[in-house]
Amino acid sequence: MLELALNARRGSFHLEVECRLASDWTVIFGHSGAGKSTLLRLLAGLDRNARGETANARIALDGRLLTDSASGKWLKPGRRQTGLVAQHASLFPHLSVEANVAYGLAGLDRNIRATRVAEMLELVDATGLVNRRPQDLSGGQAQRVALARALAPAPRLLLLDEPFSALDGTASDALVDRLQVWLRANSVQTVLATHDATDAFSTGAEVALLREGHLAAVGPAAEVLQGERERIARRLKTP
Amino acid sequence: MDWQALALTLRLATVTTAILLAVAVPLAALLVLGRGRWLAAVEALAALPLVLPPTVLGFFLLVLLGPRTAVGRCITALLGHPLAFSFSGLVVGSVIYSLPFAVQPLVAGFAAIEPALVDGARLLGAGSARVVFTLLVPLARRSLVASAVLSFLHTVGEFGVVLMLGGDIPGATRTLSIVLYNQVENFDYAAANRTAAILLGLSIVALAAIYLTGQIRGGRRA
Repeated sequence: MLELALNARRGSFHLEVECRLASDWTVIFGHSGAGKSTLLRLLAGLDRNARGETANARIALDGRLLTDSASGKWLKPGRRQTGLVAQHASLFPHLSVEANVAYGLAGLDRNIRATRVAEMLELVDATGLVNRRPQDLSGGQAQRVALARALAPAPRLLLLDEPFSALDGTASDALVDRLQVWLRANSVQTVLATHDATDAFSTGAEVALLREGHLAAVGPAAEVLQGERERIARRLKTP
Repeated sequence: MDWQALALTLRLATVTTAILLAVAVPLAALLVLGRGRWLAAVEALAALPLVLPPTVLGFFLLVLLGPRTAVGRCITALLGHPLAFSFSGLVVGSVIYSLPFAVQPLVAGFAAIEPALVDGARLLGAGSARVVFTLLVPLARRSLVASAVLSFLHTVGEFGVVLMLGGDIPGATRTLSIVLYNQVENFDYAAANRTAAILLGLSIVALAAIYLTGQIRGGRRA
């Protein structure tokens, strides 16, 4: 269970979100500029307050406080057991695919590390890429590897910021199906930020609707995104 | 040809460069990755030797390291001799004087690295030292080479600080620049030409190393 109470300003942008996300797969839906990426970065612990910015934040995952501005608690990103995969894969360009996936496994025995890397690459269907360099990968392949890298250290929370944008529809659906089964089996709560309503409908997720930094609704996709559903249906009917 | 001065100059430049790299890498990483207004003061302080006349810096260090100050007396008590007019004193002066030449290329190199890569490493549990040595340094290799070469050359060609702080003691503080100055003062232009040619040759070889590194990296990318 992910509990959020955020009230943050970034210049003129104001993010105000308070909710409990209990579903194992939640979609944060919002148009560009709604604050989806800002929200994910706060969850990941990547954005601490800069001077001139204000934020009251309380984030807890399964009862464990990750951020609590009232008590000054702020866990470092690497201690949150949180993985983040963004639209741009941002693989380490000087390391092979294998070394990228193994980066978060420092301290583990070499054999365990190799087994884990192989397991993760198999999950995202990227086994054949193990010795390649990031610059030799297509956008879709890079996103698969980024996903494997984020999952390798066994996070409890996985944050996805439109990470399947470079995959074609069929490949994306197959990957998401396989991923959902694996994440459920490993008790990893997932929050996916997207502006594409089909991501929400296809995964049967709980949806949090974000509008201009404010949470407009939380609930099943069919209810929260009724308007989007009708809009898509109208477009499909248009010759 | 004053081989003793050449050896001393190369030794001074090598020791100074090694110390500078050890100091400049974490300092540049702090300036790029750190937060807080106090960092601007640190950056200004690290850049100060760029604008400070070498003789002024040499004079300040001469006073600071001499017997008139508590710092100087403390160092003398610890080492058994004052730092001024010694090789160790020259190293201290050279490190301070060449600091901006070591730090600035690294700051530029580290700052050019995509912040998402650093975020990614942090999310995967990397602490600051791991971020620096597994990410920033390998990705800014050319800046590291530039930092080392500039520090080395700047130390080789140093004159004002060396003269103020070290004087002209053969085998201890007499560097090639001081030899060149002495040769010109004595109207020994033939010897001065040879000394100047060595200094010029060192500069050309070192700069070629920087550009060659860039070409090799460029070739690999292509």
